[in-house]
Amino acid sequence: MLELVRKFGWRSISIVHGLGGITLFGSRLAFETLAPPYRLRRLIDDVYNTGVLSLAIVCASGTAVGLVLGLQGYNTLVRFGAERSMGAVVGLSLVRELGPVLTALLVTGRAGSAVAAEIGAMVATEQLDGLRMMAVDPIDFVTQPKAFALFVSMPLLSALFIVSGLFGGYLVGVGLLGIDAGTYVSSLENNIDFRNDVLGSVLKSVVFGALVGLISTWRGFTAAPNSEGVSRATTGAVVQASVATLMVDYVITALWGVGV
Amino acid sequence: MSRSPIRDLLVGVFVLSGLAALAYLSIKLGAATYSGPGGLVLYANFDEVGGLAKRSPVVIGGVRVGQVKKIELASDGSFRARVTMDVDQTLKLPDDTQAAVLTQGVLGNQYVGLSPGGSETLLKNGGEITYTQSAVVIERLIGKVIQSLGGSSSSEPSKPPAGGKSP
Repeated sequence: MLELVRKFGWRSISIVHGLGGITLFGSRLAFETLAPPYRLRRLIDDVYNTGVLSLAIVCASGTAVGLVLGLQGYNTLVRFGAERSMGAVVGLSLVRELGPVLTALLVTGRAGSAVAAEIGAMVATEQLDGLRMMAVDPIDFVTQPKAFALFVSMPLLSALFIVSGLFGGYLVGVGLLGIDAGTYVSSLENNIDFRNDVLGSVLKSVVFGALVGLISTWRGFTAAPNSEGVSRATTGAVVQASVATLMVDYVITALWGVGV
Repeated sequence: MSRSPIRDLLVGVFVLSGLAALAYLSIKLGAATYSGPGGLVLYANFDEVGGLAKRSPVVIGGVRVGQVKKIELASDGSFRARVTMDVDQTLKLPDDTQAAVLTQGVLGNQYVGLSPGGSETLLKNGGEITYTQSAVVIERLIGKVIQSLGGSSSSEPSKPPAGGKSP
């Protein structure tokens, strides 16, 4: 019984400890991003790893989601005789919700895990200690470019996801189901609002980018220096970043998205 | 890490295409729904605006010429809805122009339809459209239909409708 209480207390303290650690780590990252030196070379390499290499799966998934949305949306809309508003259904669900969230989940799986594993392996092989010995700050030199690359790539990938999805919806709607092309596009353009929909979508993807970058680098950075630690860090990064994305998504939608 | 110019190029292409997608979303899709010329501000009081909203289109003969700027309760104590519209200022609208709140299709969005009259004097900036026709609220219409049906069926209980089938 006493053991149980002790374990519970220890878990609570370590959760609070972790929260404090990630907050401090995040403020360090933000500070190193703003303060010189700017490591443009490393940033470009990391944008290549996180952004360019995620491009294919993001575009393919976006198109697939658009195709499905088109088919499913048509199924529902045709019961109300409203298949003319298919563009609005596909567009609004992609822009407001699916684009940012699914991109964040995909990038977490594709790039966040790789970042956590790479930094974790550096910890396990004492490369970060080597850097510290040469008076190079590993947060500034290793983690900051990776986190910032995720932060930069996310809105761009999300926009590409949405555009691929709109294209997928167009393919199904116009090509397969015979909706007029002009009807699809005009229902799309008339129903998407800049401030409510597009800005909210960009805000979401920026916040998700920061979250995924922060969580993956933090998990890698605090990995236990052995192979099990690296695997735990990778799993933890993916799970925590995905859950955090979905939870924060609700908060942003509640604060920003409701109302006309 | 090896430096390859192709990698830099790919990063550049990625950033550019991402920015292009963002620009497409915000400029083409998210453009404030009416981006044509405005400048002529008109007011109109309606008894009922239904689902009319800010940025609803203002239309003449099916062509979009402006948008609704503001909907508020009139300040003169009449409890009517005062709609402020921003319309293309190159239009020469006579002062007996009618404004009506109409619906696209049965379930579509609502919009303001203007039908110009034949007067010689023109509406000026800040002018008021006096001839207005309110939105049709479907619930009230249905209520009226039910009421009239109920009234007729109580007076003549079981008369089949004219032209009914007789086997």
